[in-house]
Amino acid sequence: MGLLSDPNRRRALIGLLTRLNAPIWGMPVDWLVKTMQSRGLEVFTQRFSRRLPFPDEDKERYMVKGTNVYGILRAPRAPRTEALVLSAPCTAGDHNNQAVGLLLGLAQYFRNQVYWAKDIIFLVNEHDLIGMQAWLEGYHHTNTTGMDWSPLQGRGGSIQAALSLELSSDVVTSLDLVLEGLNGQLPNLDLANLFYAFCQKIGVLCTTQGKLQRNDWDSVSGYSHAVQTMMLMAMKQASGRPWGDHGLFLRYHIEAATIKGINSFRQYKTDATTVGRLLEGMYRKLNNLLERLHQSYFFYLMSSLSHFVSIGYYMPAFGLLGVILLLRALDLWVQLASPPPRTEDGVVDADPGVLSVLTPLVISHLTGAALYTLPIHFQEMAVEHFPVSETEAVVLTAIAVYTAGLALPHNTNRLLTGQGTEQGWKVLKLVAVLYLAVLLGCTALINFSLGFILALTLVPVAAFVTPNVPKVLSAFVLVVLSPACTLLFSVFFFQELQEMPVSFLDGWMLYLSVISQGILDHALYGSLVYPLVALLVYPCWLLFWNILFWK
Amino acid sequence: MAAHRCSRSALLLVLCSLCLFSIAESQETTPAGDHRATGVDNPQSVTGSTEQMAEQPTVVEEEEEEEEDRRWEATRDEVETENTSAPDTSAPTFEVHSSVPKPKDDFQEELVIRPLHSGDIYASFQFRTLWETDFTTGNKVSHYRLFPKSLGQVISKFSVRELHISFTQGYWRTMQWGQPFLPSPPGAELWVWFQDSVTDVDETWKELTNVLSGIFCASLNFIDSTNTVQPSASFKPLGIGNVTDHRFLRYATLPREIVCTENLTPWKKLLPCGSKAGLAVLLKSEKLFHSSFHSQAVHIRPVCKDWQCKTKSWELRQTLNVVFDLHTPGQGKQEWSLFKMFSRTLTEACPLASSSKIYVDITDDPQGEQFEVSPATHLLSQAMVLGDRRTFSLYDLTQQITFGTVRSLNLHIRWKSSEGDMLRPLLHAERYVAGYGLQTGEIHTLMYNNHPYRGFPVLLMDSVPWYLRLYIHTLTVTSKGKDNKPSYIHYQPSKDRVRPHLLEMLVQLPPNSVTEVTVQFERALLKWTEYTPDPNHGFYVGSSVISSLVPSIVAMDTNSTREQPLFSSFFPCKEESSYFMRVYTEPLLVNLPTPDFSMPYNVICLTCTVVAVGYGSLYNLLTRSFQIEEPSPGLAKRLANIIRRMRGVPPL
Repeated sequence: MGLLSDPNRRRALIGLLTRLNAPIWGMPVDWLVKTMQSRGLEVFTQRFSRRLPFPDEDKERYMVKGTNVYGILRAPRAPRTEALVLSAPCTAGDHNNQAVGLLLGLAQYFRNQVYWAKDIIFLVNEHDLIGMQAWLEGYHHTNTTGMDWSPLQGRGGSIQAALSLELSSDVVTSLDLVLEGLNGQLPNLDLANLFYAFCQKIGVLCTTQGKLQRNDWDSVSGYSHAVQTMMLMAMKQASGRPWGDHGLFLRYHIEAATIKGINSFRQYKTDATTVGRLLEGMYRKLNNLLERLHQSYFFYLMSSLSHFVSIGYYMPAFGLLGVILLLRALDLWVQLASPPPRTEDGVVDADPGVLSVLTPLVISHLTGAALYTLPIHFQEMAVEHFPVSETEAVVLTAIAVYTAGLALPHNTNRLLTGQGTEQGWKVLKLVAVLYLAVLLGCTALINFSLGFILALTLVPVAAFVTPNVPKVLSAFVLVVLSPACTLLFSVFFFQELQEMPVSFLDGWMLYLSVISQGILDHALYGSLVYPLVALLVYPCWLLFWNILFWK
Repeated sequence: MAAHRCSRSALLLVLCSLCLFSIAESQETTPAGDHRATGVDNPQSVTGSTEQMAEQPTVVEEEEEEEEDRRWEATRDEVETENTSAPDTSAPTFEVHSSVPKPKDDFQEELVIRPLHSGDIYASFQFRTLWETDFTTGNKVSHYRLFPKSLGQVISKFSVRELHISFTQGYWRTMQWGQPFLPSPPGAELWVWFQDSVTDVDETWKELTNVLSGIFCASLNFIDSTNTVQPSASFKPLGIGNVTDHRFLRYATLPREIVCTENLTPWKKLLPCGSKAGLAVLLKSEKLFHSSFHSQAVHIRPVCKDWQCKTKSWELRQTLNVVFDLHTPGQGKQEWSLFKMFSRTLTEACPLASSSKIYVDITDDPQGEQFEVSPATHLLSQAMVLGDRRTFSLYDLTQQITFGTVRSLNLHIRWKSSEGDMLRPLLHAERYVAGYGLQTGEIHTLMYNNHPYRGFPVLLMDSVPWYLRLYIHTLTVTSKGKDNKPSYIHYQPSKDRVRPHLLEMLVQLPPNSVTEVTVQFERALLKWTEYTPDPNHGFYVGSSVISSLVPSIVAMDTNSTREQPLFSSFFPCKEESSYFMRVYTEPLLVNLPTPDFSMPYNVICLTCTVVAVGYGSLYNLLTRSFQIEEPSPGLAKRLANIIRRMRGVPPL
């Protein structure tokens, strides 16, 4: 591999990097276009604009307008049917200048090679994920999120694989591979293997979840290290958000990953040349692919870059949790089928009407629908009447609706005539338990981690709740194991795993921002976690809450 | 069905206009025909005439004294009057032949080199063999001189009237390179007009593709009914003949065909001089396939021998187009020479050729400012190519003086500056698949009309394999945000595993606009044996073909800088006002829902296990004979029994 072995080329790259290190405001579109053109690429731009449903306080943006610049390196004698993408997000300030510089350097080097069989698209996207979403929607001419973008002028056929490059600091000690994408989708494991193989070959320190691989598997500390890495991955996957620009490619069945340069292992140092060689190697491998990556696993959890747990191993764990629900449902079914016990005064319990089951179901789902729709629609009203910002208004409305929901089903019985019967709650519980089993099963198939975490908290609740258990204690347990509290604990646990523990107040602020980010992810990229929790999981949990307070 | 309703009248209209147009064309071309070129062509086909214009430029030799300023002096009108006023003074090449007993065949070779605006070099070879013979009327043709025997036999055996075959590796980048002289889609394309005497066209077509597959060493045998269509309007005969019944036309493309040396070698063998002499010595595969674009083609058609079209002769035209990538990093000077490009220089013309010429396009650089061509030539020629008036430097290889003192010609071009903006091509198209997921999708075809004020109609032809099930009711044609109703639609629905979809439309492109044609499709689930060995690569959909008469650039040019007599320039003359153009879009690669093919392996393992265990035990059960075994009595009992037997008492 001869990248940058030529001193002239290396000097050119260094010059580029230093020029890029000068602070820039906004993306230098014209300069990028000119630079890419001079490197012999076909250059196109795409403008996009997007108004967020409410201001994003983390990234300080509301009305987003930007331009994506991309250059296509046409492979000689190729009919424009296949392409590879290398992208680098570029934002105001100098966050990712190293990556953009490296991308341009690679473009220049790749242009002079003869072996390309697939077009290579070098994409510099503004406003990270929003720009990427606009570009991908433009490329595939879909519009799933209602964004405004100008149509693309040049294409390279069907994209086979993509890598996104983020080098946030000037000093890069190791490279981190980020795989978790939108809705917990993962790229083919072969992409991770490819990255790992080249890191080994070139001798670059590589990590996943920011954690180095350890070789002492049999020791307790080594094992717990691996477990921590895996749990981090599970929590990231469960969040359903794209953890890098690659995350949005996965919807289009394009294998993609983000390579992040991190600066946390002082004793090592990796220069841009090494990263360039790594990328060159990976692109040459991907260029030689005859088919899309499909041979390896799409469902896995990684405990280190070289070890993973496949779906065949982790699914039984979930299956065992699911069996509890099914057994409980069977038990209830048998109880309901056996003749009702005679009470002392010889009155037989009347058959519970359909209404007594349907009413709580409908009411809890209406609460869920309110939780899904109200926060965004009521933000203006909330801002008018309370001294809060829009974002706070949205989050607090969501919490308020959630809490109000606790009181609502409690009163559903009043709507019904007469007393709730013993048979009544059993039927309701049977329905709720089966509902939960189906819900969790489907969730785990799409996003295993999310399904598993929800199952861990909701299955015990579903198993023990009856109207006959001690009310106060059970209510406390039920609230603690409700989806919102699960999220709160997850935030703290995640920080703990990342070795960045936070105080309770910081954790609470983080929790609020996580809720707002979740709602934004849904609106901007089509993440399904928020609607899933609001429309299905929360109502299901409310059914159990209802059973507890059955009269 | 809407298509049929609206198309009935439109079709009539189109046919009428075609008839009128053809009459007009024939009236115009026949008297103007000069000896060897113009009258030869089929009066019906527009392509023919424009191509003819392209390859038969009027040659003017200037006086040596006028050479220093290298200006183009003779106007086109003068050249024309000269030609028409003296129709019986033959062109020099013919005069040579007319003195000796005139052979009935003739071979010409030429190479056009055009520096492109992107900095690349476009080289186009054309080899043309004309033979005055008749393959059709039963009598066996057995004596071949210049015409390749293999193709001659193909023509007579399969009653071929016209045959066009092209092999292309790469995609012609219209936006960077402008228009090619002969467009072709990526992969292999074959279209054939059969004689109307052929009874079973499908069977003949099948045999013909298999034979051609052998001749050109290509996978043309994969052409079957599932990728063959009969376009009703897009592909008209380019030679003489008035049968336009599309039952005798077959068109097929193989977008996946990979073109390499094994296709080049048989192609070269068809040339009279092989690759031993003439321009063909330049065709070295290691250089030709080290390029950005490579396309080779064979066209056979009947043409008129004289301007009255009393006798017919067959034309075999072999073309090879190649674009070399001249990108150099940095600001280094760009240079190019025949040797650098082909690793050969020219030393002689093919001895069998009646003409052998090299043209270098210097239109963009009449003053020699942008690039410099050496050795300099004093021969200039001008021709109308694709609606544009181009100027060429001409090198005649039949003249010894061309090779100079070193006895070899190594053309050399050196760029002085790489400025200059290309005019956007007037017609340009692209296509892509929209949507995500493996259930449905949408094919978008974008057609750009970059003409500032003139709209023109185009014929769009799409042939889509059956495994993409087009929802034809979702077909929309929009330009400038408005619905654009095609005036003619010919749609032939597909039949699963039998024939592909064929969609032809006549669409009017408004000036300076983008017209978007979209149609949704559903991806079919194939049977498991129908998948290719690499199903996850995807399945190809061939290029769409856009054919059109495009208003020419010359007609657009109102205040011409060239000095023309005023009386000649008010009404644009016919062949200058528009020219025929065919644009191919890129092929598509579509992923179909693909089962996990490791699953059959798993199933086989599982079945084997089940069979081994189940069958084994069942067999064991069925064949083993069961007997009740007497439990052997204990020692005490046996002793007791012996004693009892001795006592005469029955045993226990």
